[in-house]
Amino acid sequence: MKILVCITHVPDTTSKIQFTADNTKFDSTGVQYIIGPYDDYALARAVELRDQASGKLTVLNVGEADSDPTLRKALAIGADEAIRVNSAPKDSYFVSQQIAHYAKEGAYDLILMGRESIDFNGGMVHGMVGELLGIPSFSPVMKLDVDGSSVKMSREIEGGKEMLEASLPLIAGCQEPIAEWKIPNMRGIMSARTKPLTVVEPVSQETQAEASKYELPPAKGAVKLVDKDNVAELVRLLKNEAKVL
Amino acid sequence: MSILVYIEQAEGKVKKTSLEAVSFANALAGQTGEGDVVAVALGTIGAEELAAIGKAGAAKVLHGADSKLDAGVIQAHASAVAQAFNQIGAKTLVLAKSSLGDAVAARLAIKLQAGLVSNVVELPKTDGAYIVKRSIYTGKAFAETTVTTDNKILAIKKNAIDLKLDGADAQVEKFDVALDDTDFASKITSTERATGDVLLPEADIVVSGGRGLKGPENWGMVEEMAKILGAATACSKPVSDLGWRPHHEHVGQTGIKVAPTLYIAIGISGAIQHLAGVNSSKCIVVINKDPDAPFFKAADYGIVGDAFEVVPKLNEAFKAEL
Repeated sequence: MKILVCITHVPDTTSKIQFTADNTKFDSTGVQYIIGPYDDYALARAVELRDQASGKLTVLNVGEADSDPTLRKALAIGADEAIRVNSAPKDSYFVSQQIAHYAKEGAYDLILMGRESIDFNGGMVHGMVGELLGIPSFSPVMKLDVDGSSVKMSREIEGGKEMLEASLPLIAGCQEPIAEWKIPNMRGIMSARTKPLTVVEPVSQETQAEASKYELPPAKGAVKLVDKDNVAELVRLLKNEAKVL
Repeated sequence: MSILVYIEQAEGKVKKTSLEAVSFANALAGQTGEGDVVAVALGTIGAEELAAIGKAGAAKVLHGADSKLDAGVIQAHASAVAQAFNQIGAKTLVLAKSSLGDAVAARLAIKLQAGLVSNVVELPKTDGAYIVKRSIYTGKAFAETTVTTDNKILAIKKNAIDLKLDGADAQVEKFDVALDDTDFASKITSTERATGDVLLPEADIVVSGGRGLKGPENWGMVEEMAKILGAATACSKPVSDLGWRPHHEHVGQTGIKVAPTLYIAIGISGAIQHLAGVNSSKCIVVINKDPDAPFFKAADYGIVGDAFEVVPKLNEAFKAEL
């Protein structure tokens, strides 16, 4: 089985979000970059499936050279090879076209990625790639088992989940608890250095909905504390001041 | 010309978030002169329920009644909505962000060659360039997104607009959907859904518990508060990791992102990953015995005190007032 895992290179979840250049650029000063947490679940499940089926696991990122350490980490976790499409990820449509092109070229049976990136939170790339390739897409997937060419999944829905059956090839946007995150071991880190990381150029420059300007939410006022022996006061405030009851 | 809205249903009942999408589309049509709002609803839904979509601002409802569409099969729904879009000659599709809505919208973006913006938080600017404001970095910032395509899809976040239900009943029209086997290449074999409760992603009030509650056996008072307020229950990540509460109640960076009017956090310290899931709430109340809990910095109201002492008293006070 050939598996493709698409990963994002995103600021750590604890990063302070700030912008520069008149609010047109993300300020990466002092920011640690990581594999997107949802992509990390997808990668972990892909490593397990690859090991079960003795297949091959490719990891792909659309990003500039600063993504390379993130791709090396994915190789250390267990991917066999990496592809970087050499461009900033301009919008979901742009990224989807690149993935669809290289996914088609590689004829993968299974394509996994996180349910969404944690920077732009679009959650659209898996569906777009699915439609571009004419294969089914599912998200957010919490469980995925492969038996031959048949796939059993569970997908989160509002207030619960649904169980699904489909056949390969397919594409899934993943979230916990599909697998436990894997931490690279020393052997993985050593072998990652020599695994192939291929840089390719984007196949299209087309975009449809690019972000042009950013802003931060207004600063929150100070909390209003209510005495624990006077909880009725809180109820009054919620009703008459905040008007939320 | 009309704006199309994709309506979602659960067991024959139209989702409130879809009605918000109708209100949003109605306000947008008023702004752009795109005519009236047409809703497309799929699967088995009663005539009255369909007509009531008009109250939120739809002039017409196209009803694809095929019972094969009762379940949210992603590809089949995407095909059906694309057909409705082309049939009415729409340029804009509006839908509520949800588990099914997101999955369907992404495929439609390709089918319709439409620029897609998700997590939309307010009406777009449409004089000159088409600029849509969306929530990014899990609610920690906003981006202005310029859409350059003729066709557009807007997936709106909860509370992007106030739901207005002052319209008349809509005209309901039968809509024949042409579907083939590839639309049903995947099969939903079963569904597990919490019944009778308010669904968390759609709730106006959320009562959430953390590790400070010490164990699943202590959730009675949380559930009681939720019942009094007509709220959904939620929890922090450690609580769902420990198996005290189901995963679909986990609110935070890697769980559900909620945007209720009122979020009440009990015994949750307020790690940055948790805040990422709740920072779109209109009003946040924090109850924690540690006065230095970081959550107080993100809260509108707070009580420093032991949850086991405060919550039962607060429940009595809610009961007395409501």
